[in-house]
Amino acid sequence: MLLGTPNAESSRLYAMTVTEGDPSWAGALAGVTLGLPVYHVMEEPVKTQVAPEVYEEHVALMEMVLEAADIANAVQEVRTNSGQHA
Amino acid sequence: MQLQGKKIIALGERDGVQGSAIAECARSAGAEVVLETTYCFV
Repeated sequence: MLLGTPNAESSRLYAMTVTEGDPSWAGALAGVTLGLPVYHVMEEPVKTQVAPEVYEEHVALMEMVLEAADIANAVQEVRTNSGQHA
Repeated sequence: MQLQGKKIIALGERDGVQGSAIAECARSAGAEVVLETTYCFV
């Protein structure tokens, strides 16, 4: 699962929903542990595998205005808590 | 984490990175995009 969420809070919410289940218990995935590997597209492990010209064209601009480090930390924390490799 | 050969769900958001942009990135890394979508909460 690759996310394009705009901040740390939404990234954490999405990531938790597809790993441990919907933390807000509001949707169909409440209590459903999918355990999917989840990353944000701006995280280094993803960024380094994307063709540089494609990343530059589609993501680089948003990376400059979003809190990329906070987002990466939020998603990494969810992975760690769900037992996935960081 | 290796994207090459993996099946990917691209979950974009209008105020962040759009699903189509994530999908392009994933394809360039050798992944197969099985679903791409962009949410808008406005």
